[in-house]
Amino acid sequence: MSAVDAGGALPRRSMEILPALTPVVVALVAAPFIGSLSTFVTLTAAGLAMGMMIFTMASGLTLVFGMMDVLNFGHGAFIALGAYAATLVLLPLANWSSADSVSLNLAVFLLAVIVAALMCGVFGWVFERLIVKPVYGQHLKQILATIGGSIIAEQLLYALFGPAQIPLALPKTFEGSLIVGEAAIEKYRVLATLVGLVVFAGEMLILNRTKIGLLIRAGVENREMVEALGYRVDRLFVGVFMAGSALAGLGGAMMAFYRGQVHATIGGEFLVLCFIVIIIGGLGSVGGSFVASILVALIANYAGFLAPKLALVSNILAMVAVLLWRPRGLYPVSGR
Amino acid sequence: MNVLSGDPPRGRALQILLILIILALAAAPFLFPGARALNVASKICVMILLVASYDLLLGYTGIVSFAHVMFFGVGAYGVGLALYGMGASWGALALGLVAALALSLALALAIGLFSLRVQSISFAMVTLAVAYAFNVLASQLSWLTGGEDGRSFKVPEVLQPGFRLVEGKVFGVALNGRLITYYLVLVVVAAAFLVLLRIVNSPFGRVLQAIRENPFRAEALGYRTVFHRTLATCISASGATLAGALSALWLRYVGPDTALSFSIQVDVLVMVVVGGMGSLYGAILGAALFVFAESYLQAVMGALSQAAAEASLPLLPALFHPDRWLMWLGLAFVLAVYFAPTGIVGALKPSGAKAN
Repeated sequence: MSAVDAGGALPRRSMEILPALTPVVVALVAAPFIGSLSTFVTLTAAGLAMGMMIFTMASGLTLVFGMMDVLNFGHGAFIALGAYAATLVLLPLANWSSADSVSLNLAVFLLAVIVAALMCGVFGWVFERLIVKPVYGQHLKQILATIGGSIIAEQLLYALFGPAQIPLALPKTFEGSLIVGEAAIEKYRVLATLVGLVVFAGEMLILNRTKIGLLIRAGVENREMVEALGYRVDRLFVGVFMAGSALAGLGGAMMAFYRGQVHATIGGEFLVLCFIVIIIGGLGSVGGSFVASILVALIANYAGFLAPKLALVSNILAMVAVLLWRPRGLYPVSGR
Repeated sequence: MNVLSGDPPRGRALQILLILIILALAAAPFLFPGARALNVASKICVMILLVASYDLLLGYTGIVSFAHVMFFGVGAYGVGLALYGMGASWGALALGLVAALALSLALALAIGLFSLRVQSISFAMVTLAVAYAFNVLASQLSWLTGGEDGRSFKVPEVLQPGFRLVEGKVFGVALNGRLITYYLVLVVVAAAFLVLLRIVNSPFGRVLQAIRENPFRAEALGYRTVFHRTLATCISASGATLAGALSALWLRYVGPDTALSFSIQVDVLVMVVVGGMGSLYGAILGAALFVFAESYLQAVMGALSQAAAEASLPLLPALFHPDRWLMWLGLAFVLAVYFAPTGIVGALKPSGAKAN
């Protein structure tokens, strides 16, 4: 917005540490109320896993917004498509999934999430060309067009896969729980946390250590300048949109495994959560959405245990609290 | 034309279409006897108010809100729960409506003051999140709201189906409580519509349009845009609350599916955009077209799907399945956003007339 902001941000910004610590603070505050250590460990592990899955979806949304200034209300459709894509792999390969072999189980899981990500990436390309491209730079029309696109996409999913829920069983290895001390941690949650961390590390590496990442970050800060230097920002845009869609699909597939069933309503449900997360994290900030995802998921889990009725609105309350403290989110992106 | 606040619909085709719709609605019980037709007509009336109040926000002020259906739900639940809890009296009806309006205004004020000052785009996201939470809350607090099942309640005696205004029939139609309810809905909607028309053509309405066109410039001219936007949100919320109350009165039932579901919000968006943003008359066209399509298009699609299945074409039977009617309206919606941002009203306006 203001030139002064951008000027001040030119040298290397030292990362503020306080916002990143909020999940830890929440955990420490909640711990005494929960009482038993094993319950606390179980809740925290569940929160981390849920947070990682939400982050996978939300980081795609925040990347696209930060880079292209497009708020994609069709993101939910990609989440749902990812979930359905996982069934496309898992149902034909059901014997891999039920086999008594860790490698086959892992292979089918990875195949499912990768296929989901690829399908969503390709579909993202189509979506960007048909729906988003004509309305760049016009917020109102963007919101309307992407909502229209998501209506069509959701109805297409119903037409192709039928309106009923599709059950999706976890591969055998990942069923059941690990017992750590007295706490029980579901195996799949460990896997989901690992995948989420890999995604986060990958995004951070690409954004901070590669030429493409440099261009993307530069584009977020000042698009015109990057264009003036002779880079085809529009092609970069398509790439980022595809990556964002692929991340939505990846997250959707992981969430479908977690839920054990697939239905198109998963899209709308997590779109809302993604919005809350990227507002808390700071629109356009990947690191911010990482912290915010964990924060939101932890609060939801603790609140669900301590005060189940409160859990329904805990996300909103968390958002209000964070915005009162930092009106532009935990890690505001300059230039917005 | 003082009743129309000096803003009559322009263009011969538009005028004829509007007059036809209004005449059809006014005489619906006599023209189209039968419970189903009357249901469709009353739904169109309720939707006209809901869509027109939404247009005040989206079309005139340029604010995207996803909480509109929440205010609709507040109105429906307010009236429904008051009649359920306090018995079928006019006092309970009034109390429920007043309480609902108060709650809606408080919510709109809170959301507006909280998020309109940050960024208009975050308003869209915040309203979506709040509306979602409200929906979950309403279906979980089952001791109050009846949960997923909702609440069925009795309406005041005059509005009950068993009530007869006069014995016998007039033009072959019994003058029962349903008929009175229908005309109550129609009259309230018409009055509220005229009030909204008055508001958008007032100096306040002009400021809203200035904010839509260029918020920065409106602010530079000395208008407090946050105040105007928040007030627009509150007015629009009251309209939606009234529409919700009427809807509950007609259905004699209130539940998450009929009052709070997000699909109603999507429907309202489609109606506004297809009818024409930035023109309240678009609300009449959009609502009439949409509800009509919802009620009768499915039969046509069923026939098409059947035909495609018999010709054993791939995929087409699924695409034309009656449940997929929303997909085709979604397609119309996207096309309208791209090619006809002023919707049907804009398309029917005589060329040369300046868009307002």
